Amino acid sequence: MITLALYIWLLPLLAFTIQIFLGKRLPRKGDWVSVSAIGISFALSLILFIRMLSNYSPDFQVTASVPWINIGQFKIDMGIYIDNFAIVMLMVVTTVSFLVHIYSIGYMAGDPLYNRFFAYLSLFSFSMLGLVLFDNLFGIFVMWELVGICSYLLIGYYFEKDSAANAGKKAFITNRIGDFGFLLGLLVVFTAIGSFNLSDVYQGVVQGKLSGGLLTAAGILLFCGAIGKSAQFPLHVWLPDAMEGPTPVSALIHAATMVAAGVYLVARISFMLSFDAMLVVAYIGGFTALFAATIAITQNDIKRVLAYSTISQLGYMIMAMGVGAYSAGFFHLVTHAMFKAGLFLGSGSVIHAMHHAMEKTHVHEDPNDIRLMGGFKNKMPATYITFLVFTLAISGIPFFSGFLSKDAILGGTLAFAMSQSNPVHYLLPFFGFTAAIITAFYMFRVVIKTFYGEPKRPDLYEHIHESPKVMTVPLMVLASLSIFIFYTLPSFNPISAEQGWYEQLIEKPASAVSAQLGYPVLEISEQIEHSAHVNGMMISILFALTGIALAFLFYFWKKVDVEALTEKIKPLYTLSYHKYFFDELYNATVVKGLLAWNNILAWFDFHVIDGIVNGSAFIMRHFSSFTGRFDLGFIDGLVNAVGDLTQDVGQSVRKIQTGQVQYYILGALAGLVLIIVTVLI
Amino acid sequence: MNSIIPYLIVGAIVFVLGIFTIVYKKNAVGILMGIELVLNSVNINFIAFAKFVDTGIHGQIISIFVIILAAAEAAIALAIILNIYRMKATVDVTQLNKMKH
Repeated sequence: MITLALYIWLLPLLAFTIQIFLGKRLPRKGDWVSVSAIGISFALSLILFIRMLSNYSPDFQVTASVPWINIGQFKIDMGIYIDNFAIVMLMVVTTVSFLVHIYSIGYMAGDPLYNRFFAYLSLFSFSMLGLVLFDNLFGIFVMWELVGICSYLLIGYYFEKDSAANAGKKAFITNRIGDFGFLLGLLVVFTAIGSFNLSDVYQGVVQGKLSGGLLTAAGILLFCGAIGKSAQFPLHVWLPDAMEGPTPVSALIHAATMVAAGVYLVARISFMLSFDAMLVVAYIGGFTALFAATIAITQNDIKRVLAYSTISQLGYMIMAMGVGAYSAGFFHLVTHAMFKAGLFLGSGSVIHAMHHAMEKTHVHEDPNDIRLMGGFKNKMPATYITFLVFTLAISGIPFFSGFLSKDAILGGTLAFAMSQSNPVHYLLPFFGFTAAIITAFYMFRVVIKTFYGEPKRPDLYEHIHESPKVMTVPLMVLASLSIFIFYTLPSFNPISAEQGWYEQLIEKPASAVSAQLGYPVLEISEQIEHSAHVNGMMISILFALTGIALAFLFYFWKKVDVEALTEKIKPLYTLSYHKYFFDELYNATVVKGLLAWNNILAWFDFHVIDGIVNGSAFIMRHFSSFTGRFDLGFIDGLVNAVGDLTQDVGQSVRKIQTGQVQYYILGALAGLVLIIVTVLI
Repeated sequence: MNSIIPYLIVGAIVFVLGIFTIVYKKNAVGILMGIELVLNSVNINFIAFAKFVDTGIHGQIISIFVIILAAAEAAIALAIILNIYRMKATVDVTQLNKMKH
């Protein structure tokens, strides 16, 4: 089982290595390498999945680890942890990744950097699978950063476009803020417990090594990572801009898997979330769900609508984690991955068609703009039908997967609010239900504007064609995976997955934060839960239908004059259209503030630090020139004087040595005479 | 003539003449002749002392040695001078300064 998991994990890495070094020289630029690697991973995941279903045991788990760092007391083991949770996640990642790989063959055809695109996709698949498989927070963090860098590379894939390059940077930097919190959380956990291993951390919390305020802080800090990755308020700004990347990337990374990594992380660490930390998680998630949904209403870029919708749906999942409905949140992650990847791929199909139509007619406008579309359902039937299925799923209509998971979340939220004495917590179901109406509304706005009505631009409409099979087949697969039946088996109940394999196999993880340790604990009685789910279901169906009806009233039958209404609520419209001015706000505060602070630092550097350095250099220079002069003048003078003296003396004395023996004899005689005279006198 | 003094005076005069010739002459042959004079003045002294101071015949024997040596020396020196003349076409000792530089 471990070997199987290792194959699933490492095959995409192998594909990446081959692609990045040899891709250009391989036939078909090597797309088959990446596709077959992820295809095999998918097949192996399917084997794991079938084994899980045949075992049918909620407690199933396998671990294996090897020592990685071992220095004295400091030990980190790297290992793999497989339970039902991880297997389902593996299944989701490999399925979506495999379909996106296939879709990309069509979508990216003819791109100059074709092989690099597939290399990045492979690297991403590897990182994402590693994130799912690791048994310790440190390994998860490493993979977490790797998916971040893949996201950066793929957002900035069209790097010659400034907006794409900037979007990549924005995503990376915004994520870094969240990751900083994650890192701090890791430090807190490691300092208190001395291990990154999830089961060790669980034991540590049970034993009370990490408790009280520090436990809450650790939970919230780790959650910060999820805020960044899952684009939760207030770090949601990067995800809409990330739509600059190619559409398959948006489907794989920015809808189905990477952004869901935050939710996965929260689910993995849910055992250590204290009640206060859970409240933070729930409110951030709930607020994001509503907030992003209100922005999505007014956007005209089809991918941006989907991006805000993703943020909103991620908010749902995070909120579910916060109210203790872990399996519901994770359930939504799974169903959302399928239908949102489908929505993105569908929008990609539309954009692809628009792009080609624009090339043919030499029109240079935004192919993503839904105001230029309309009536496409006759031209692109496969895209239309699958898109409609995904939209019904996200809107939460019975018989589709989204209904099951969304209903579970809304029920969980309602149950949470009902079980709390503080009525303020009814805000959470309020967020959820309001967002549900808005979701149905804006999704059908997109569907109506794109596929129904009269074509807005007949010149383009003429050239719109259905996408090739390689693109529509993945759409059909994803559409079929958005039907309720895959999640409710072995039962066939379209409105409840309670008897389905998912609810049976994915257990709510046991919390380490128990009442024995004196923490406030979340307890929801069966009765409340049941009534919440029944009521929640009624309300959510009603709300979804209301949203859809409103969308048709507004945009299809045109009973309501949208323009006039927009004028009437101009301030609200402007707020939503400009995304509540968050980009401008961050620009004015964070970016400008940082720039100003950097200017101060630069000034300090230039004047004080450089001044000190220059000053010391100035002093040194003068001192050196003084000692230099002393050296030249005095020491050298002394040495030279000795030399000169010797030379002068030698010069004058050498004249005596003429080499004429006669002079020497004369000298000897003179000496002799001198001696004799001296002796005699 | 029973006094040693006249001999010594003659010896001294010859010696001084010899020294003078050595120091003054530029001609290598002249210097050689000066050396002969100095040697002969010494011989005069030896023989005079041998006659007036009773020391046997040692003085005479040394004189004979000196004469023989002087002859040999003159022969060698003349050969050297001849060779120098062949090379430099001069026997002026002030010109023979090749090792000075």
